[in-house]
Amino acid sequence: MINRQSKKGNTVYFKNSPRILSYAAICGSKEKTGVIGGYADITLEDDMYEESTYEKAECKMLTNVISLAIEKGGFKQQDIDVLISGDLLNQIISASFAARDYLFPFLGVYSACSTMSESIMLAAMLVNAGYINRAVAATGSHFASAERQYRYPLELGCTRPPQSQWTVTGAGGCLIGCGNDGIKITSATMGRVCDYGVTDVNNMGAAMAPVSVIIGQTFCVIARIRLC
Amino acid sequence: MTGKTRGNYNENYLTYVKTQDPPTQHFKNCAAAFGVGGLICCIGQFIRFMLEYAGLTGDELAGSTSVILIFLGCLLTGLGVYDRIGRYAGAGSIVPITGFANSVTSPAIEFKTEGWIYGMAAKMFTVAGAIIVFGVFSGVLVGLIYLFI
Repeated sequence: MINRQSKKGNTVYFKNSPRILSYAAICGSKEKTGVIGGYADITLEDDMYEESTYEKAECKMLTNVISLAIEKGGFKQQDIDVLISGDLLNQIISASFAARDYLFPFLGVYSACSTMSESIMLAAMLVNAGYINRAVAATGSHFASAERQYRYPLELGCTRPPQSQWTVTGAGGCLIGCGNDGIKITSATMGRVCDYGVTDVNNMGAAMAPVSVIIGQTFCVIARIRLC
Repeated sequence: MTGKTRGNYNENYLTYVKTQDPPTQHFKNCAAAFGVGGLICCIGQFIRFMLEYAGLTGDELAGSTSVILIFLGCLLTGLGVYDRIGRYAGAGSIVPITGFANSVTSPAIEFKTEGWIYGMAAKMFTVAGAIIVFGVFSGVLVGLIYLFI
């Protein structure tokens, strides 16, 4: 039986206030020059990250970000109950290989660009329900590996249309658990798939924009609940 | 299943997306394509003249010129130069035979990490495969028409 207080519409509310205890981020050389470059813990000079393939680089970024998030929170591997992670490659291979290096169990998730928010939501749900104490939610992607899988090889001399967007080279992770400081996760909205028929593979933003409108409406609803 | 065949196909939204797209600079693109494409053809013609001077004739001459251009396309792709030319020149570097060489070499380089046989050899034609299939098909078709005329 669902407690009506904890779920309204597609939004779930967390009473036991799970918090983001620590976080870490790695970004590639192109991202370094942009706004997010200043906020990343590690910025890569070389997108290969001293590995032989881009996929291995993606995996290494994810591994490092998980370790760094745990380390920054002042925890050890034994303190973590589960890793919830995903990436953009087939069979979420980078996340699976990154999870191989850890003692704690791994839950693989895939929801394209919203993999990070989905993993945070699931981690917060588990912590809030009291099944686990601490979870790491992490996601990584790499421009070159995504480009190879979805579009054309990098060396192919084709022009990108002006509206095309780039997949991020980077990884981010955060440690979610019960605690006294850190950002409190109060609610999460489960998204639905919203297809308006955008078929341009280069215009990822246009395909995702309708959903953000729905999320915006949800924020208004949450704010209204707060005010009451 | 694409969105276009479904009831959720939102005409208003797609029109709106089109208006928000930054415009393609047709004139600039055409000029760059004309310049670079023309340059590649001039290089080809130069090679042809040189080979003709060296004493080659007929099919030998045409074949050798193509082979040299294909080699140059592959070499520049391998050195990571061709994709930069392509980014600037667009169709100018895709349409000549060097572009075809690039479309075969680039997946070969890209998929080499998956192994020599299942990676490089198997996926070498992911881009150029379609050109070969329809090229051969249209060749047969034209040949048949020519036969019956």
